[in-house]
Amino acid sequence: MSATPSTATPPKSAIVRKRSRAPRFFVVRAPLPKGASSWALALAFAMPLLVWAALSYLPFLWHPLVLIGDPGDTKHPGQYAYLATGQRVEREVFERRNAELAAAGKRLAQGERVNPVFLPPPHAVARAFYTGFTTPPLRPGEYWLHESLLQSCQVIFWGFFWSALIGIPLGISCGTFALCSRLVEPFIDFVRYMPAPVFGALAVAVLGLGDEPKITIIFIGTFFQMVLVVANTTRSVDPALLHAAQTLGASNRQLLMHVVIPAALPALYRDVRILIGWAWTYLVVAELIGEKSGLSSFLYQQQRYMNFDNVYAGIAIIGIIGLCTDQFLAMVGRLLFPWESGNNRLSRALKSFTRLFASQKRMPASVTTVL
Amino acid sequence: MPNDQLELPSYLHHTDEVKRRLSEIRERPTVMSLSGITRRFESAEGSVTALDTIDFEVRSREFISVIGPSGCGKSTLIRLVAGLDTPTAGEIWIDNQPVTGPGADRGMVFQGYTLFPWLSVKRNVMFGLRMKGISRSAAEKKALEWLDLVGLADFADHYPAQLSGGMKQRVAIARALANEPRILLMDEPFGALDAQTRCSMQSHLLKIWEAVDVTILFITHDLEEAIYLSDRIVVLGAHPGRVMEIIEVPVARARHPDQFLSGHFLATKKRLESLIYDPETHSKRGSERMSPVAA
Repeated sequence: MSATPSTATPPKSAIVRKRSRAPRFFVVRAPLPKGASSWALALAFAMPLLVWAALSYLPFLWHPLVLIGDPGDTKHPGQYAYLATGQRVEREVFERRNAELAAAGKRLAQGERVNPVFLPPPHAVARAFYTGFTTPPLRPGEYWLHESLLQSCQVIFWGFFWSALIGIPLGISCGTFALCSRLVEPFIDFVRYMPAPVFGALAVAVLGLGDEPKITIIFIGTFFQMVLVVANTTRSVDPALLHAAQTLGASNRQLLMHVVIPAALPALYRDVRILIGWAWTYLVVAELIGEKSGLSSFLYQQQRYMNFDNVYAGIAIIGIIGLCTDQFLAMVGRLLFPWESGNNRLSRALKSFTRLFASQKRMPASVTTVL
Repeated sequence: MPNDQLELPSYLHHTDEVKRRLSEIRERPTVMSLSGITRRFESAEGSVTALDTIDFEVRSREFISVIGPSGCGKSTLIRLVAGLDTPTAGEIWIDNQPVTGPGADRGMVFQGYTLFPWLSVKRNVMFGLRMKGISRSAAEKKALEWLDLVGLADFADHYPAQLSGGMKQRVAIARALANEPRILLMDEPFGALDAQTRCSMQSHLLKIWEAVDVTILFITHDLEEAIYLSDRIVVLGAHPGRVMEIIEVPVARARHPDQFLSGHFLATKKRLESLIYDPETHSKRGSERMSPVAA
């Protein structure tokens, strides 16, 4: 008769644990929670910077060398008697010298723990970033940093421009016509294994010391890859689209112009974005052949003077230019190919813009019909 | 005989209305004729005959379906008609002109929609007209008419990626019809759609077909779809693909989903099932076995 109303209070194990509301960051192929995405983006850049700052400013982290402030009694002979003010020596050397001096009862050497000269602290690089642009060149014939930068950008632009101008149409032809593919691709496959820099001496011999050989190196470095990549992208256009167009009466030429090219265009654009990165890789080689020029010659020179803060600033400039170019091109891509990213705000703005022009163009026609 | 079996009429029995309609169709001019179509595929393992001497004719404004088990060469057949493939032997004639390649007189709707993703819905429908050299404004006007017919006028400026599967297929139909083809080839057009969408698309297609002067060659593996839509059904057998029977559908027009349970409909379905699932013993008791309907 002890029938307790067990249904009213279920056993504890049956109570469903309330799901934790905390955001979960490690869910397989799930988007990040709101806000976390931009935080992660900021962290992506902040983390390496923080590591760098920690290594630079926390004296107990790494700092394998000692910067000699006072070499102590330099007259006392010994294995390590060469210490001098302003020298960076290994900590072990410093300690042994002091042991020598202490044993002899002489004045000890003084110094502070520092990093090697090739790891300048962030503030030094930040300062170099600014002073790089404000410091006049050492010798009268040399260029300001912004002039070197402009020169580099010009070499990249022209090298890549010629490469794209010839490479993209050739690649599209190879991806479309079996004959072109057979005629062109085997040889290009052969040439592309030759590293572009090996043509450096030849380019200088033929084209002289100016920018032309440098542009040629960029061209050689990107052109052959471009043809093959573009050809493959063109080949990967869905054949069903071609069949559909054929059953709609498209001629051979119309298939190429109205189906193959527009279908491949967004992917081709992505290819080009990746290949611009390659162009920057070859720039460093190209600028050191013949007459050294551009950003690379600036880097080369600063490295010889051991101005590593300037070197890092120069490298950072390349990174920033690359990132900005890519982001800019990505934005232009969203404008050009609105069907890829959905009907976004940018493309709608562009559409209304083109409609504005279209209506203006149409105006005379409507006027004539009224008349 | 188990007493819960329905007493079905013979699929060969035609009511007077059906008889009249079918004989009227027979009197119409021939739009397409296939004579001795054979397609063999050569490979390292030897040659495979996908289609073996296919013969049949399609009359003007007829709705004809081709049905058969997978691997019977249905898709090969429609690709041959479209001109996307060439037969090993035999000839295909459209309006007494032999088919030599793809052309605008044979519009095609594919299972995979194949809309051009970079063109808006309207531009997709305009595509064939523009290829013919029709001016933009004239093509645009026509495209909007066709979009209106398939009920998508409000989506003219959308991109295909923004549409559902059923809507995409309606655009594809409008795109093919805007070219005013002699024959519309449809290769399992509703195969990728869910059951409900498929059902409404079938009714929609019938309405379009009634409103437009077009002959339709329809490939499917869905028996009910074939019966519901067609005047005649060409049943292909597999290995090699051969015409087993051409069934004149004994179901009255205009068609309605209620007819799915009518005696003539079920009798036709039973006959198709026995032909497709039991090709060896279809004259015996095997034909009464309920076979799973292909999805």
